Amino acid sequence: MSIWHEYVQREGKLPEWPYPVDYGKVNEIVSDVLVIGGGLAGVRAAISAAQMGVKVVLADVGHAKRSGSGGAGVDHWHGACTNPCSKVTPEEYTRGCYESMHGYMGAHVRYIITRESWDTLLECEKWGLQIRDVKDEFKGAEFRDEETKLLFAYDYDNRHILRVWGYNVKPVIYKEAERLRVNIQNRICVTSLLTEGGEQGARVVGATGVNTRTGEFYVFRAKATVIATGGAGRLFQFVPELTASASMSDMSSAGVGHAIGWKAGAEFVLMEKTGPNTLSGFGYAPYSMGNAGNTYHGVPVIDANGKEVPWVDAFNHEINTIEGRFRCGPGQKFQLGIGIGISSYLPEYQQNDPVRDLPERIRKGEFALPFYIDLTRMSEHERRVLWGLMVGHEGKTRIPIYDTFNKAGFDPDQDMLQAPVMTLEGYLSSCFWAARANTPPHYRSGGGSYLVDWDLKTSLEGLFAGSGSTVYGGGCHGESHATGRFAGRRAAEYARSASEPLADRGQIDSERNRVYSSTHQDKDGIGWKEINQAIARIMQDYCGKYKNELTLKLGLRLLGELRQTELASAYSSNPHELGRLLECFSLIDFGEAMMKASLARKASNSILDFHRLDYPEMDPPEWNKLLPIRQIKGETQSRELPLDYFLKQPFAPTYEENYAAHAGAAKTTGKETSK
Amino acid sequence: MSDKIYMVPNPPTPNRAVAFDPDACQGCNSCVEVCPTDVLMPNPEPEMPPVVLYPEECWYCGGCVEECPWPGAISMLHPTSQRISMNWKRKSTQELFRVGMKNPPTANNRPPSG
Repeated sequence: MSIWHEYVQREGKLPEWPYPVDYGKVNEIVSDVLVIGGGLAGVRAAISAAQMGVKVVLADVGHAKRSGSGGAGVDHWHGACTNPCSKVTPEEYTRGCYESMHGYMGAHVRYIITRESWDTLLECEKWGLQIRDVKDEFKGAEFRDEETKLLFAYDYDNRHILRVWGYNVKPVIYKEAERLRVNIQNRICVTSLLTEGGEQGARVVGATGVNTRTGEFYVFRAKATVIATGGAGRLFQFVPELTASASMSDMSSAGVGHAIGWKAGAEFVLMEKTGPNTLSGFGYAPYSMGNAGNTYHGVPVIDANGKEVPWVDAFNHEINTIEGRFRCGPGQKFQLGIGIGISSYLPEYQQNDPVRDLPERIRKGEFALPFYIDLTRMSEHERRVLWGLMVGHEGKTRIPIYDTFNKAGFDPDQDMLQAPVMTLEGYLSSCFWAARANTPPHYRSGGGSYLVDWDLKTSLEGLFAGSGSTVYGGGCHGESHATGRFAGRRAAEYARSASEPLADRGQIDSERNRVYSSTHQDKDGIGWKEINQAIARIMQDYCGKYKNELTLKLGLRLLGELRQTELASAYSSNPHELGRLLECFSLIDFGEAMMKASLARKASNSILDFHRLDYPEMDPPEWNKLLPIRQIKGETQSRELPLDYFLKQPFAPTYEENYAAHAGAAKTTGKETSK
Repeated sequence: MSDKIYMVPNPPTPNRAVAFDPDACQGCNSCVEVCPTDVLMPNPEPEMPPVVLYPEECWYCGGCVEECPWPGAISMLHPTSQRISMNWKRKSTQELFRVGMKNPPTANNRPPSG
């Protein structure tokens, strides 16, 4: 009942657009701090700015109560190095991240995250999130601390990763933002940043946007702006009919937060980084099948005949007990854990896994497909914490998996969940549902982001960044909370002494003209979905795994062409389509920034998965550096920056000194007082 | 339901993303309000279930179901290609089950931890 097809055939007429539409009507909203993006980072930024007593506006393209990659829940919290049970210091953790990424990691941001992650989580607890086993469901479990009732994940020795009951994390923080009277503007597709005098590179004084239900135009003026948006999941592939249910980022992942900063003249790093497509794509519904990755870490994988797949530590020594899968091996101080945006592990920090040559062992007949996971072989505590807590609370699991499977009769106490039956290379990664080898040979953006300093300030005056995707050194769920919270605080501090934001009338008028162009094109103009697919085609072909100077320049030419031809005459029939089409402009800007950054790096680089056919030598040492790029007066400029720029002039030489000088009014509890 | 045959585009893929029970749904549009990607639109007729307009934009977060104040009014429906991939085997009997099967086993009513 009530899909569109059913409605029109029953009624014999088309339903009218349900919201009043007024294209071009201007709404002007003035604040001290504007937060763009209402996911975890955006809501946390808005809260921490509001806590400092300034006036805050939050603009979200969806609805901030549920939106964003973390809007669907969380089951574990990384980098809580200052929790009373942790045996890892922020310095050690930061060094682990930096070394694992061979220096291509904004370690200053990781340091900020690990200094504040636990306090950031304690705030959530104050607002109603369960972070302790208060009902004593896991009393006596080896992953539980009996005094604090905290539960640990992945590395039971070092206790810096916590299990949390976070299925409702987004409504919890949303409620706090409402309580602090943050002015939340939902359904706003932001289209540009406003700068002083309308000039590229000048101070940011707000933004423009379009409401995707009413079509009305919004002008936000603010003394400080925080970018807290997501990535660009739609940039390299666009087949939502097939992939949306398998994706870990939603349709609004269109790189808008990057694109508006690129147009405004902000400096970006590692936009040239790409990688093989993984989660966001052609796999199975996340967490819906037998696997032993992240949330399912440690679970016994058995073959069709009941034969169990052995586990090994980071140095390939066999692990003989289930408990050992959660312990450090010889030669390890601690494990970083899974899902923090660190892709290139050193074994010193790597987690335990099922044997890493599983495809070969299947091929040789050692194991028979299909695989299952057998939770009954785990202790009752381990089984319950895996299915009842982690699958019950992780993003996209409470309703999509826990509820769905329970209603369908699945019982972890007696049933074995089947793993995908797929090409053998898919079993290389224990996260079988991501079916990494089943993805077409597609590439994706590798997480280029705003270059930020120790205040999480970008290169533009008045513009800050915080979130997993937009900030250099960001990560996953907890990292988004922590960076958003920090950036909001620093933006509020800046806004307190900043002058009034004077927007440029000409810039506003020209943006208002631009954004509505598609609403008065011929009704037979091409729609946003076809345009989006064309953009993805260009990115796959001209900015995929293998690049050279000429193909990159051809790619740039095609993106520019597309903007002036099919996209310029594209038609949108309602405000929803208008928003999606405007996001296509952002995708093109994002793609151009990637290609220009790729042109600037004239050397192949294994950590960045960057392959220049015209510079085939891998990792020449003289190119072991960052190459930030920006646009000034329409021209692209790049410069060189050492990998550890955040510990060089004008910054202090240690993490601690810099943090102390920039953390501002942080209310950190510190390890001693947090019990 | 009219018997007329209309010119309509092919059914979308996936078809619906969520299913409404018109008896339980009161048409309050709480789900419409919070959907991150605006998959759902209010029904032009008051108190009727929302219209699923953009099912291919659903990323299956389940937020609409969590938001619904009317038990059973809305349920999430993975695409068929995903449902047939959700298989399990009962250890004691070796029986095979899947999400969406005919004659499913008894529902497991154990609530999640917390």
